Amino acid sequence: MSAQGVGTPDITIVGAGYVGRLLALALSGARGVGLTLRLVDAAPAPGRPGDTRAYAIAAGTVRMLEELGVWHRLEGKTQACSGMQITDSRAAELVRPAFLTIAGDVRDGEPFAHFVDGRDLQLAIFEACDAAGLEIEHGFAVSGVETDTYGVSLSGDESPSRLLVGADGAKSAVRKAAGIKTVGWSYDQGAIITIIETEVPHEGEAIQHFLPGGPFAMLPLPGNRRGIVWTEKTRDAERLSRLGVEHFAAEMERRAGPEVGDITVVEPPRVYPLDLILARGFVAPRIALIGDAAHRLHPLAGLGLNMGLRDVAALAEVIAEAARRGEDFGSLNVLERYQRWRRFDTVQVAAATEAINRLFSNDLGPLRAVRDLGLGLVDRMAPLKKIVVSEAAGDAGGAPRLLRGEPV
Amino acid sequence: MARRNTTQAHPSGTTIDSDEVARFSALAAEWWNPAGNFGVLHKFNPVRLDYIRDHVTAHFGRDSGSDRSLEGLRILDIGCGGGLLCEPMARLGAEVVGVDPSEQNIGTASVHAQGSGLDIDYRATTAEALAEAGEQFDVILNMEVVEHVADMDLFLGACAAMVKPGGLMFVATINRTMKAFALAIVGAEYVLGWLPRGTHQWDKFIRPSELEDSLSEHGMTVMHRTGVVYSPLTDEWRPARDMDVNYMLVAEKPEG
Repeated sequence: MSAQGVGTPDITIVGAGYVGRLLALALSGARGVGLTLRLVDAAPAPGRPGDTRAYAIAAGTVRMLEELGVWHRLEGKTQACSGMQITDSRAAELVRPAFLTIAGDVRDGEPFAHFVDGRDLQLAIFEACDAAGLEIEHGFAVSGVETDTYGVSLSGDESPSRLLVGADGAKSAVRKAAGIKTVGWSYDQGAIITIIETEVPHEGEAIQHFLPGGPFAMLPLPGNRRGIVWTEKTRDAERLSRLGVEHFAAEMERRAGPEVGDITVVEPPRVYPLDLILARGFVAPRIALIGDAAHRLHPLAGLGLNMGLRDVAALAEVIAEAARRGEDFGSLNVLERYQRWRRFDTVQVAAATEAINRLFSNDLGPLRAVRDLGLGLVDRMAPLKKIVVSEAAGDAGGAPRLLRGEPV
Repeated sequence: MARRNTTQAHPSGTTIDSDEVARFSALAAEWWNPAGNFGVLHKFNPVRLDYIRDHVTAHFGRDSGSDRSLEGLRILDIGCGGGLLCEPMARLGAEVVGVDPSEQNIGTASVHAQGSGLDIDYRATTAEALAEAGEQFDVILNMEVVEHVADMDLFLGACAAMVKPGGLMFVATINRTMKAFALAIVGAEYVLGWLPRGTHQWDKFIRPSELEDSLSEHGMTVMHRTGVVYSPLTDEWRPARDMDVNYMLVAEKPEG
């Protein structure tokens, strides 16, 4: 980053979570482009990383994290995915036939995904930000946004920027202040998040059972740990998470199936409510939304973080290209290129995950019968498979450079 | 494609009357609104910015990947309108002079540059008057101008005289073909409404050979030429071999 003048950032990023920090890293490393960045976050400075969710990191995202100087910090802390097994079952069924398996490498020796403990990912990103000299203003809550022809400023703030990026999550204050509406609904489902150890080693295999209450996923983590994403009706999720350790483990074993053996729960369960939120626009004059501020999807495809990082890669590239052309990168003209690039992909993924969740998260007679007969199951899963694999590959023609492992 | 407007030349100074600032601000907002009357110019801008940057950086040995790739070069933009080309050139580090015969355009462009924090020397004057005063530039931009001047040959002569030896001149204009009549006049002005009716007169369009002959008579060597076409699918303008309608070229004034 080159300073252009004290107190006049070119770009202000609101939200120092995964996408906000990674955008700052991507922009500060953009070759030949000197931008003054400001990164603010509403929360007080974090102590130790505390995100116990397990993340699937698609191959393209791995390349991006390598390019941004994050991936090497995760050495020994990631689990390569050897395959993914998906079943459609009732919890009580002993044998759960797999009807879809995704396996293999996107390139020689490059697995299509890795799994990582959120805490390790946070730590690696924090370290990379420190190494890049990025400073974060913590405890800065956004109450309003003022935009004029030339710039944008946060209410009560003196210094206007040319662009304001909302990376402040599903309840984005930037989105609200910019007057950008959303569509979406609550699933009345909650995801119970925890980490377990199993008697039988996972050998890198991810397993997802589509159970009547919702998908139950076991994601392989280093050692013999597995990250759990266990979806139930909201009421059931709350109840289950409050059970004593033994009862909780017993409920878990019923759903995990006998092939994993005995289970030890190693992290206290937490419940995350599930909803679908799509911003009607990803951009407004002098404003761009990335990550959950633009879209929050059902976690069943494990794509949330990967989608957010695609936003980062696309926006960083659009900004850098505009700067190399001398354009005003905060103008709607430029920002619409980012929106065109990301919105179609996002809506497609949202629609596919939505359809799959509706089909599987129920025990209704007719749908169940259709599924038991195996009619159209593979067809219906095909869009998911296609999305998972193409997202993983990240080298489709339209992919941003970072996802191809190239600098911005 | 056209720079619009024009109340005729008052080659006086550019001092902005404070009463006029509000009016210029409103005009600036219009010039710079990608969805407004000048939207087609905003859409057209990336393809010509890339063309200019890539040829200038290659010619002067600069890094086209830098956001200061034009640092220190003296650039003249003729018919600058609201400053849609001047501002990017100035951001890339060039020392920019923008001229337009319309006082109103110059006022508008000045107000916008000030708001954008850019230092651009805008003057309500003509190429001929600048040449008379002996001004010299590394790069001269004649983008969508020559089809509007009264005497192209005289105009290009004045421009060529201002290019430093080893410097470049860019020209973008419209070919005099039936296709250009159909697309640039009937299509852009009457069907799509991209431009106000009467913006262009077909008989003032210029064939590439006429332009190149005139340039070489004034000591300029044409180095590269390209057509520019609109792709409705991506809503973008891009370079193409087809020079039947819009085209651009770059010419060098040889050293010594």
